[in-house]
Amino acid sequence: MSYLARRLLTFPLVMLGVSILVFVAIRMVPGDAITAMLGTEAGLLTSAQRAALAAYFGIDQPILVQYWKWLLGVFQGDLGISVTHGKPVLSIILERFPLTLQLALMSMCVALAVGLPAGIFAATRNEKLSDLGVRIFAMIGQSTPNFVVGLLLIYALSAGFGVLPTMGEFTPFLTDPLRNLGQMILPAVTLGFAFAASVTRISRSAMLDVLSDDYVRTARSKGVPKMSVIWRHALPNALIPVVTLSGVEFGYLLGGAVLVEQIYALPGLGRLVLEAILQRDYALVQGCVLFIAFNFLVVNLLVDLLYVTLDPRIRLGEGG
Amino acid sequence: MSMLRAIFSHPSGRIGGTIVVIYVVVAMLGMFGITPHNPLQQYRIDRLHAPSMVYWMGTDLFGRDVASRLMKGVGQSFLVGVSAVALASIAGTVLGLTAAWFGKAWDGIVMRVMDVLLAFPAILLALLIIAVAGPGTWTSVAAIAIVYMPIFTRVVRGPALSIKSREFVDAARTFGSSRRYILTHHLLLNLVAPLTVQVTLALAWSLLTEAGLSFLGLGTQPPSSSLGLMLADSRNLMETAPWLLIFPAITIMISILGFNLLGDALRDILDPKTRSRTA
Repeated sequence: MSYLARRLLTFPLVMLGVSILVFVAIRMVPGDAITAMLGTEAGLLTSAQRAALAAYFGIDQPILVQYWKWLLGVFQGDLGISVTHGKPVLSIILERFPLTLQLALMSMCVALAVGLPAGIFAATRNEKLSDLGVRIFAMIGQSTPNFVVGLLLIYALSAGFGVLPTMGEFTPFLTDPLRNLGQMILPAVTLGFAFAASVTRISRSAMLDVLSDDYVRTARSKGVPKMSVIWRHALPNALIPVVTLSGVEFGYLLGGAVLVEQIYALPGLGRLVLEAILQRDYALVQGCVLFIAFNFLVVNLLVDLLYVTLDPRIRLGEGG
Repeated sequence: MSMLRAIFSHPSGRIGGTIVVIYVVVAMLGMFGITPHNPLQQYRIDRLHAPSMVYWMGTDLFGRDVASRLMKGVGQSFLVGVSAVALASIAGTVLGLTAAWFGKAWDGIVMRVMDVLLAFPAILLALLIIAVAGPGTWTSVAAIAIVYMPIFTRVVRGPALSIKSREFVDAARTFGSSRRYILTHHLLLNLVAPLTVQVTLALAWSLLTEAGLSFLGLGTQPPSSSLGLMLADSRNLMETAPWLLIFPAITIMISILGFNLLGDALRDILDPKTRSRTA
């Protein structure tokens, strides 16, 4: 069976596994579901009211029946109702998702704009002082948690220039693009910092590999100018691992940059998960986790397909 | 000894190794309470005191010595990191080895479960576990261990599969060696190199995750000290007392950098094919 067919076949199976894990995990929360839903008010319920509620929510049925009903609901877009918001979980997620998507896209742009030229520059000056400088930047970038980058950035801006990031009410892009970009640029730089370091490292190492290939040596010996060898001959092949890395990182970012959204008070998906956990809104936790895992798996699947398309030499069916 | 010499003659290994040694010493001092001041003692008259000879890294809003709290926090992060990586590596190794050895249904079950665990962004899975078990130090340990376990399982299973089919394993079987002996002496010993690299990199990642979870208020709980908690506390005071932010931030950065550099050096030393390719 080809790699592609196997990947497509395992996708629904893994997704099923994810749904079972999320469903079981939430039901392992200590205490019963009604107490989790109503909090201290559950203590005021009579046993008849409690039984009626259990029957209404279907939690008096066997666990397999509950899972099956829940799964059918998920397929119809019903992820339950959030206790804290009083709204369907899916509609809350869809309200928050555009911000997370925009943040992920902007961070990727920052990472590629910084990381790719830096990686190529370092590879063409292998083992020189400038290469060492880029490598140190990349190593520090990869070792600095994004919330530390965010806090240091806010401090540097406030201490050095007396400005603070706009933390007020979030403005969607379509409402006021300029204000929106003003609010999003610092979080994007914060998230893009470590991402840029990864892109630098991978593009440097891929470029070094390609530059030592026979076809590049042939181009050089034919007298093709150095810049042309780098940009036209070497770069397209060196980009393959960069595309893969960017795809995988993008999948992670779609999962919600919890810490960065928290620091900059952005109402994204990551912050929604955190709020749901702190408020013990289990339907919302369950829905968010399922939604994020689904996105993550879809992006990873697309990255794999892109990888095979970009490099026809890859015969993943044999080893993968 | 030859390993130590190899690490310290490698440029990244020298820097990474030195940072890790200093980090471990500070962590031990913090864990055993050998700090300049009592980390919980509130010197109210010296609240938000700038760094000085008495308070090397200043004091916080409650007048607690930042240097002592930082040492205690390093000790706490180290305890969480080492416990989580120990759990993840032991569980992951056992699962990876047995999956490779027994194959068939067991291999299928183990690897599909690992696929499911890898289907979540790491921090999200950690958050899900904390949502179920409640915040706290030991929940963080369990969460980090469960998140990292599939990586160890994969790191072990692949090479174990190829070693299993080698002639010396067949020979050991022919000589009547027990299954446990072959698994521990032939398979596991040949996996020490990739496991060592993975453990070092996992430690860097677990320090990062522990700090993040504590920053969000889901890891170590006050009044215990943790680098993530110290950073969270510094948020509203960074303009008036920047030392509350700078010292924990630099400590986190340098410690993760140290483990990453050491991991890279170990990978170079143990797998010379990758040398000079990775930055």
